[in-house]
Amino acid sequence: MRRAALILLPYSWLFAFFLIPFLIVLKISVSDPALAIPPYTPLLDLSEGWAGVKAFFAGLDFDNFKFLASDNLYWKAYLSSLQIAVTSTFLALCVAYPIAYGMARAPDEWRPTLMMLVILPFWSSFLIRVYSWKAILAQEGLLNQFLLWIGVIDTPLTILNTTTAVYIGIVYTYLPFMILPIYAALDRLDTSLLEAAEDLGCTRLQAFWLVTFPLSRGGIIAGCFLVFIPVMGEFVIPELLGGSGTLMIGKVLWEEFFSNRDWPVASAVAVILLLLLIVPIILYLRNEQKQREAGA
Amino acid sequence: MAQPIKKPANVFAPWADPNAVPLIQFKNVTKRYGTFTAIDDQTIDIYEREFFALLGPSGCGKTTMMRMLAGFETPTEGTITIGGKDMADVPPNKRAVNMMFQSYALFPHLSVWDNIAFGLKREANMDKERLNARVEEMLRLTRLEQFAKRKPHQISGGQRQRVALARSLAKAPKLLLLDEPLGALDKKLREETQFELMDIQEKTGTTFVIVTHDQEEAMTVASRVAVMDHGKIIQVDTPPRIYEAPGSVYVADFIGDVNLIKGTIRKTGPEAYQIQYADNVPPIEVTECAREFSDGDKVTFAIRPEKLLVSETAPQDRANAMEGKIIDIGYLGNISTYHVELPNGQMIKAAMTNATRIDRRSFTWDDTVWVSFRSSAGVVLPE
Ligand SMILES: Nc1ncnc2c1ncn2[C@@H]1O[C@H](COP(=O)(O)OP(=O)(O)O)[C@@H](O)[C@H]1O
Ligand SMILES: [Mg+2]
Repeated sequence: MRRAALILLPYSWLFAFFLIPFLIVLKISVSDPALAIPPYTPLLDLSEGWAGVKAFFAGLDFDNFKFLASDNLYWKAYLSSLQIAVTSTFLALCVAYPIAYGMARAPDEWRPTLMMLVILPFWSSFLIRVYSWKAILAQEGLLNQFLLWIGVIDTPLTILNTTTAVYIGIVYTYLPFMILPIYAALDRLDTSLLEAAEDLGCTRLQAFWLVTFPLSRGGIIAGCFLVFIPVMGEFVIPELLGGSGTLMIGKVLWEEFFSNRDWPVASAVAVILLLLLIVPIILYLRNEQKQREAGA
Repeated sequence: MAQPIKKPANVFAPWADPNAVPLIQFKNVTKRYGTFTAIDDQTIDIYEREFFALLGPSGCGKTTMMRMLAGFETPTEGTITIGGKDMADVPPNKRAVNMMFQSYALFPHLSVWDNIAFGLKREANMDKERLNARVEEMLRLTRLEQFAKRKPHQISGGQRQRVALARSLAKAPKLLLLDEPLGALDKKLREETQFELMDIQEKTGTTFVIVTHDQEEAMTVASRVAVMDHGKIIQVDTPPRIYEAPGSVYVADFIGDVNLIKGTIRKTGPEAYQIQYADNVPPIEVTECAREFSDGDKVTFAIRPEKLLVSETAPQDRANAMEGKIIDIGYLGNISTYHVELPNGQMIKAAMTNATRIDRRSFTWDDTVWVSFRSSAGVVLPE
């Protein structure tokens, strides 16, 4: 009885805040746009009884999805998002791994401080942090001024409003999500395993590739999903740092909802995005479960 | 004490042979961590095919000795040679030494088979066939054939320990280091494994250095035992000699049960002494005493409980007999231990086999009895 109640809790949470909103979005995605509030039809009119329900279902169709398939803006945006998400996940991994490794190898008394430094950015608003990158990356920004000053460049670089700026923003923002799971995995690693590897004839580098790296794989996979999944739908960073050349599905979604006010098409975009992300989410959950089993 | 039958001493005793060349030599080795001295100026020789045990309380520096042999720590002072070669600049992966770790340190992401093959794969000129054959051989030796495909977390503690052993033996090292290898096993499995280890050591001819804080284990498996305390080796000797002829009060007290009686010594003849341990009692007569003492020296007489006889009357054939009162009897099934209080208040522990049933025994609590022993039964130690 108590167990049932305990299980019920997360499920009712998911039901209220995930399933129901999803069903609403799904419903809107098969509706038609209309000049009204809400800006779509049909609406379910229960006052007409059974006939109302029948009319409601008759009004639903997949036109929006067909539209998405016909206009190549959308699938290009999906692909571009995918590419940006994959690349920035990889970049974040390259930056995060050495940091996590250094943290895990640091003397015990340093670790809480290093951990604080990683989490510290979360104490200020995400928007403010992304905005400050504008000041750093702009034509007359801090970065260009610095590079001009030390004489590496003669003319300021154009970084802001390019895809490069988006990568910088994404890697910067999502870095802690990559560092923390990798750090957790490396921290769990028993150093006597490395000694055992050396004892059996490995050099330090071989010991890293044969022991440390495979044993941190769970953390790497977790970190990659934790970055990849939200970056796929990222909207704020490309909006603030990217130019018109940066196409991301999150931005398209935003424009459909708020500029075009075409809620049904926007909902269809969202539904497809979610379906695309279900695969990595399931893979992520399976990885977590495997980690737990191996740890037990 | 689980003493298997020892081979006669002349079969294998390279330490007694002045021409024998030691495999391992510690020469004035000191290891300091900061200001703390973990190993204090130690010199020992360990010979090929030996089963050498380092025995001592926790924190006395046993693991440090092993880690210096394996190459994970470098001596602060002094040199370590293996096979005549100075090891100072040889990293762990270049030493013909393998270590079985206290925690086993099995690779959790690799199967039993791959764990055992791990070291072999690092060897140049190791072809696949030879590698397979060697791994199979190790699996057979440690009776792990049917677990080859499992991961370490899918086997029992005893099996894990055997995998660790197989992995460290696979490269046929000149020297195998075992750091408390049986610490995690229960008593029965432990005893079985001790004999297994001795068997494997004999079969492979590898030199074993084992660390343990369990004196029974050291006595069971080792050809020689080094008793350590606070970074110093107090005594190195064969198990029977460590037990029968301890060189100091510390060793006598550390190995097994012992009665320690303090007194003043007086020479009565060649290798013969008398020890006065209390007023108004006859002194302890000692013969066959290997050490020299001068009259009036303060000494400690050490005698094992099983060397003592408890009886109602003083036996005529024993040089020493002390009268006392039974304070306590500990019944252990095969033996009973008697706690006898001497008139001077000293407690003596005597162990006697229970040849007859305890209810037929003619003495019991508070009875006055005689504790007797031969003049050569104990050892005299400087205080
Ligand atoms: N890396 C280290 N740094 C500082 N002190 C150490 C280190 N390793 C061991 N010691 C100290 O050296 C002493 C001997 O340790 P160890 O060889 O592990 O003892 P044992 O194995 O006999 O229990 C202990 O007091 C321990 O605290
Ligand atoms: Mg130890």
